[in-house]
Amino acid sequence: MLQKGVFDVEKIRQDFPILQRKVMGGKPLVYLDNAATTQKPLSVINAISDYYTNYNSNIHRAVHQMAEEATIAYEETRKKIAKFINAKSTDEIIFTRNTTEAINLVAYSWGRANVKKDDRVVITEIEHHSNIVPWQILTQEKGAKLEYVGVGDDGYLKMHEYRNYLDSNKVKLVSVSQMSNVLGTITPVNEIIRSSHEKGIPVLIDGAQSVPHMPVDVQKLDCDFMAFSAHKMLGPTGVGVLYVKRDILEKMPPFMGGGDMIKEVHKYETRYNDLPYKFEGGTPNIADVIGFSAAIDYLDNLGMDRVREHEIDITKYALDRISGVKGVTVYGPANAKDRGGVVSFNIGDIHPHDLATIMNDHGIAIRSGHHCAQVLMERLDVAATSRASFYIYNTKQEVDKFIEALDEARRLFKI
Amino acid sequence: MSDDIYREIILDHYRNPRNKGKMAEADVSIHDSNPLCGDEIDIHLKVDGDKIKDIKFEGRGCAISQASASMLTEMVMNKPLTSVKDLTKDDILENIGLMNLGPARIKCALLSLKVLKLGMVKYYADRDPDSAKKLQEDSRTL
Ligand SMILES: Cc1ncc(COP(=O)(O)O)c(C=O)c1O
Repeated sequence: MLQKGVFDVEKIRQDFPILQRKVMGGKPLVYLDNAATTQKPLSVINAISDYYTNYNSNIHRAVHQMAEEATIAYEETRKKIAKFINAKSTDEIIFTRNTTEAINLVAYSWGRANVKKDDRVVITEIEHHSNIVPWQILTQEKGAKLEYVGVGDDGYLKMHEYRNYLDSNKVKLVSVSQMSNVLGTITPVNEIIRSSHEKGIPVLIDGAQSVPHMPVDVQKLDCDFMAFSAHKMLGPTGVGVLYVKRDILEKMPPFMGGGDMIKEVHKYETRYNDLPYKFEGGTPNIADVIGFSAAIDYLDNLGMDRVREHEIDITKYALDRISGVKGVTVYGPANAKDRGGVVSFNIGDIHPHDLATIMNDHGIAIRSGHHCAQVLMERLDVAATSRASFYIYNTKQEVDKFIEALDEARRLFKI
Repeated sequence: MSDDIYREIILDHYRNPRNKGKMAEADVSIHDSNPLCGDEIDIHLKVDGDKIKDIKFEGRGCAISQASASMLTEMVMNKPLTSVKDLTKDDILENIGLMNLGPARIKCALLSLKVLKLGMVKYYADRDPDSAKKLQEDSRTL
């Protein structure tokens, strides 16, 4: 286990069993698809295995010892998450399956109760499908309107468009990603939240890319909703988090009815459970929530400031090197300080899927396609992009390998 | 491995596709895409008696999908429908010289055959329902 406060990438790598594996006939794995999902340290894998091996049981109801242990471990995770994003109270932390479910919970519960005909929901052109489709469904159902803040060619949001929407006095909700999974753009959420609040409009922050990669403080931000996924921050798949400010959460109708979310059920009426349990119907993903706890420990131990520093460093290096490759177009802000560790690009007339195939020959895992952001792809006027994305265990030597593979692709395609 | 895939002939068909474009008064036009990659192919057919008199494709996507479509049009031009009907996955992979594609990329190579088969389903729908049904089943396996 890593010593507290030391950011030693080689040491970090040793905590990730998968990084020792070879692919494609003996090549070391170079994993550059971290925006899709990150790898898991041994401590996370062990925490899950320990639960199933030693205290597997359902939580919150039974009185036997193992149920108590499981309940404690599950609720400890909630506390850690509250602390990790600096929520005021653990009651504001709801476990979901992922970011997608967290955003849908807001759309179906808060949205259905509050968005009316002719209201507007404002999102942006950089959003992931999970922060677009739920709002399409809601606004179509209600006869409301979905509006997009555009993104400039430089990768920054067109904030004057946003202010114009606010001035319409019809906006009911603003929902925006804090970090684009394609452009890497870190959006001006402070300004967005402050100016929305001046008009009394709540703001949802899609933190799927930001929470794993930089310090995030929901009280300082003053956002009303925040959604993120464990699997993008060293944790297991199948666990997401929805943060909701308490006064808003108290007024929200339940999302899924069933066990665990109730206090009393009678034939024709139900008294709902206290927060946050009212929003966690059914047996949750206990094992993976417990696994997530170990992931938070790991990141806490590194320090999110340090995580961010490492990513700026490696992203800057990658941007420098890739801009020297002939025929490359890089998307998103030029300044590494304004973006996360995500580099999306195209090279000559090589289709991203062909590039990913060539990279794979070298043991390099990158992403190619529309990255669940087809609205943005249309805006950029490309069918697809290639994307390399970094995390705590990536090295500059890996960036060098990636650049070598790009040169190999240019050779094959005679560019 | 990529050396075997991105040979001269594949790049040539990718960059200089044969029979690419629109077709006025096609007898059949059909479109399909590969949701995994976003590759898209449209195929237009002119049929004369029992023969494919003309074929054109439109599309965008990776080198494999587009080269494969281009090579397929050359393969079936002026051929009797009865022989085109029975084309298999292996015929296509042999035609483009890529027998060792992985499961993800094989879809790219076979998209154009799938679209062609769906086109023939449309053509046969009233004329020969049994063939249409068989072609429909074929297309599902691609
Ligand atoms: C910005 C952003 N939002 C939302 C999501 C959806 O996350 P999940 O698939 O875990 O629900 C992603 C994941 O790709 C993302 O990058």
